[in-house]
Amino acid sequence: MNVLLSVRAVEKSFGAVRALGPVDVDIRPRERLGLIGPNGSGKTTLINCITGLFPPDAGVIVFKGIDITHEPAYRRARRGLSRSFQIPRPFVGMTVLENLLVPMDYLGKGGGSEEIARADEVLASVGLIARRNDPSEALSQLELRKLELARALVAEPEVLVADEAMAGLSEGEIDDILSLLFRLNESGVAVVMIEHIMHAVMRFSERIICLETGKIIAAGTPSEVADNPLVQKVYFGEQNHR
Amino acid sequence: MMRMPLFIAVAALVAVGGLFLPLVVPNPFYFYAGYVVLQYMVIATGWNILGGYAGYTNFGASAFFGAGAYMAAFLLKAFGAPMLVQLIGAGCIGVILGVATGYLTLRIQGIYFAIATVALVVVLETLVHNTDYLGGAAGLQVLAPAPPAWFGGQPQYVFFIMLVLTVSAVVVARWIEVSWIGRSLRAIRASEPAAECSGVPTLRLKLLACAISGGIMSMAGAPYATYSSYVDPVSAFSLTVGLNALAMPLIGGTRSWPGPVLGALLLASVQQVATVTISSEFNILAVGVVLIAFVALAPEGLLGLRAFRRRVS
Repeated sequence: MNVLLSVRAVEKSFGAVRALGPVDVDIRPRERLGLIGPNGSGKTTLINCITGLFPPDAGVIVFKGIDITHEPAYRRARRGLSRSFQIPRPFVGMTVLENLLVPMDYLGKGGGSEEIARADEVLASVGLIARRNDPSEALSQLELRKLELARALVAEPEVLVADEAMAGLSEGEIDDILSLLFRLNESGVAVVMIEHIMHAVMRFSERIICLETGKIIAAGTPSEVADNPLVQKVYFGEQNHR
Repeated sequence: MMRMPLFIAVAALVAVGGLFLPLVVPNPFYFYAGYVVLQYMVIATGWNILGGYAGYTNFGASAFFGAGAYMAAFLLKAFGAPMLVQLIGAGCIGVILGVATGYLTLRIQGIYFAIATVALVVVLETLVHNTDYLGGAAGLQVLAPAPPAWFGGQPQYVFFIMLVLTVSAVVVARWIEVSWIGRSLRAIRASEPAAECSGVPTLRLKLLACAISGGIMSMAGAPYATYSSYVDPVSAFSLTVGLNALAMPLIGGTRSWPGPVLGALLLASVQQVATVTISSEFNILAVGVVLIAFVALAPEGLLGLRAFRRRVS
């Protein structure tokens, strides 16, 4: 099996609380992987370990055949591992365009007019080109989500981790983000979606992993995971357990 | 926006213009007072590179200023070093202090760096207090060589040196602001994790900002020994310097280079006038009142107020 990103026996604790692991996860090229689980199940801790914001206490993370376990986040980003954040983190005080130029400064994507043309192309693809010169703090919630994705995309990643990219959005806006993520995936980017909006994850993912108290309790196709008694127990409680 | 080569040319013209000021301004007091205003422009501009662009508050500007002043006094006493060597020596000690403080504290965000910079002032002041060669608590008398005849006196000469420093600091600050370094520092200020995940080597960038900021603030202290003919720990590591360094960019605006220049021009001028007309002790009171007013009414400073008005209209 061709594996792009491999997580092996990764563990993370905060003081006496074990937040994650040990977990094993493989992400394949161009895959659409959903990561679900109730609040506090370790989803964000796992992706923080993968993207380098948290150093794992144990385990190995291999990306494109290279051990990146101890690499800082900025180096992982340069290798093609991008992410968006649960709460949008725009670079306030900068325009929408400047937000995209920050990653481009470091990723060897060309300079000057070439760089700006590429940023414009990405802004057009996410529907933000009209807001190009506006300050990022003036964007709506949906636009902020799109900006997060655009900033991740401009680095031409091979894996994009979308951390609750649809949280707080209306149904129409969720469709908007979903179609954007589908288009990205079609262009060759493996997408890891962390989401609480179940119908969106089920629609989007080819494979789903469910975490509970830092451990994987189910993995498989959306229908397999939805039918899994452990997953139903975690989401609906003992009484609804079929 | 003015292009960088044109900006440098205008800045160089301003500096050259300073050479001719002694011909048109006969009273040396204006140079004596103007020196202090320019000195604060340099300190505020240097402080803003880390505190404004990157958002890391440095409470220890006086540590860098004092280290620069004492390095210059030491070079003058030990080797009779000329002003240029004093400036380079002060710049080097500022860079070393900036990198060392940053390396020890910047891995942890926020308040730890601020606390470390306060500690740096206490450590350096205590060190100087206990160094006999530097005069200890009594201070060090400095016998600076006579200034070039063109300037007509020491105040005119140190004013010109400080004008060149101001122009240089502004050029460096503007270059950083419009370059990829400034963009990265602003990204760090907005969200360090997001910047790191966008490929920005945040620790390296913060250390660079610490080094440049520390170097500039220390260079601002170098001509002080010649200016006052005397350096003592209480004046060199004064609370006033640390407070002004923080207040001036906050008053002018921290997001771009004109902010600290404008803040320093306003506040230092008011202080100079107040020193002559009211009392030198009035300085701190004035800073405190103005700072509270700006934090409450215009947290983005004067330039932020202008931008806000433009957005509203």
